[in-house]
Amino acid sequence: MSLIELTNVHAGYGGVPILNGVDLSIDPSDIGVIVGPNGAGKSTMLKAIFGLLEISEGTVTFAGADITDAEPDALVPKGLSYVPQEFNVFTSMTVEENLEMGAYIRRDDFSSTMASIYDMFPPLAERRRQKAGELSGGQRQMVAMGRALMSKPILLLLDEPSAGLSPRYMQEVFDQIMRVNRAGVGILMVEQNARQALGFATRGFVLANGMNRFTGTGQELLEDPEVAQAFLGG
Amino acid sequence: MNDFIFFINKVLVVGTVQGSIYALGAVGVTLIFGILRFAHFAHGDMMTMGAFIAYALATIAAALGIQTFWPTGFIVLPLAIPITFAAALVIDRAFYRPLRERGAKPVTLLIASIGVTLMLQGLIRLFGGVQPLSFFENETKELFRVTLPLEGANRPITFSEPQLLLIAATVISVVALHLFLTRSRLGKGMRAMADNPDLARVSGINTDQVIRATWIIAGSLACIAGTMLALDVSLKADLAFNILLAIFAAAIVGGLGHAYGAIAGGFLVGFSETLAVFNWAILLRPFKDAIPWEVPADLSIVPTEYKLTVAFVILVLVLLFRPTGIFRGAST
Repeated sequence: MSLIELTNVHAGYGGVPILNGVDLSIDPSDIGVIVGPNGAGKSTMLKAIFGLLEISEGTVTFAGADITDAEPDALVPKGLSYVPQEFNVFTSMTVEENLEMGAYIRRDDFSSTMASIYDMFPPLAERRRQKAGELSGGQRQMVAMGRALMSKPILLLLDEPSAGLSPRYMQEVFDQIMRVNRAGVGILMVEQNARQALGFATRGFVLANGMNRFTGTGQELLEDPEVAQAFLGG
Repeated sequence: MNDFIFFINKVLVVGTVQGSIYALGAVGVTLIFGILRFAHFAHGDMMTMGAFIAYALATIAAALGIQTFWPTGFIVLPLAIPITFAAALVIDRAFYRPLRERGAKPVTLLIASIGVTLMLQGLIRLFGGVQPLSFFENETKELFRVTLPLEGANRPITFSEPQLLLIAATVISVVALHLFLTRSRLGKGMRAMADNPDLARVSGINTDQVIRATWIIAGSLACIAGTMLALDVSLKADLAFNILLAIFAAAIVGGLGHAYGAIAGGFLVGFSETLAVFNWAILLRPFKDAIPWEVPADLSIVPTEYKLTVAFVILVLVLLFRPTGIFRGAST
């Protein structure tokens, strides 16, 4: 059974359609990567899954349950987490408080989850009392991902995690994503750096004009001459 | 020396009292702004409402023959506070929430709160009348006189029991608020929502719960501030509406959305007012032989009647030189 499945999803902002019937499904162990030109509806797709905009047609099922148009605070307890592309940390709060906010829905003791996040991102452990707004872009991205992992999700939605990062940090972020995936968390991410991201994707989706153009494993898409020509810059 | 004690009485004591009232009011205004993103114009009347609830309870207590060492108006606070915040929750549900759910702009909510102001003032006048009422009809307002053990100091430093209780209540409220915002899960969730409402939502923070907590805190502080103000002076229908603009100045000076800024802003405005209306000629009186020119009889910066302008002068200066407030607040 697939972890998440979108069937013929139509969605948009205030009546302007952006998604015109997209399908997508990934398995619990997958790293799914959505690529495509600007304005193709990549980020919109994540927002539609997370209930941040209204789906006018189609369904979203997550772990077997229908979550079409569910509220975010109902989705987090179900095991879904989302890292927005921008403004993804609480800048006036400390690193540790940011992580605590990720565990807001948890009523159990989350100290072991926090310890494992500090293990995964050692720079954060040193800066736990520092305000997230004072950190560098790469460290902020770690806080953002750490916050999303605090709720112990089974699927993590990432919107352009490498945006604005230098190539060195970009590779670091991708390594962390693969590590999170190996720890048993499904990943669905939107990525601008398509070539690198498809390199480690187990499922790749090429989106254009709010519709699926190509679907396959990351490797298949990289090797497809038509995909390479139209979307990966030759 | 007596002139110096006069300065303490007129500036330090009165400034601390005014500052406490402004601080308690401004914290409520700033929290509501941080969470709900609108200037809650009806906050002054929420304070007056809290004072009237306390007055009604004190009247009942007096009728029942309850009399204690403490002023009755102060004793009934533990009961008046929940009634006031319950009223605040009802007001939110009836007037502000329907607008929020329709995605109304902050300015619409501001106008709605002006409507609530008019409604509350009408209700208060309907049930409380227009005459000033006193909490001390049947009991005495105790005065403390502290004489400094200094040569030439035969005038005492004077303050009343309500003033002392007000300062104590302010200190306790501020400490409690600080612990709530920095230690508790809900308090941190509140800061998170003021910082970044979208991210708070995707983190699974229950927005409605945070909004309720905001009204409970703002309503409680309004009740304390209103009641203590009414104990210090007297209870009128426009008790706190008159100081609403000073409270807004304090919240803006401190940086809107910033709780500690509001407290600092409250005391800044309170002390500035008392310093500005103080007749500085009194402090110069002991040195009048040493001063070669004639000291005028009145050397206050502004006459008492224009006290309210002080808050606005500070507001203008802060907005000119530090537009986000002393502490960096949420942008409007």
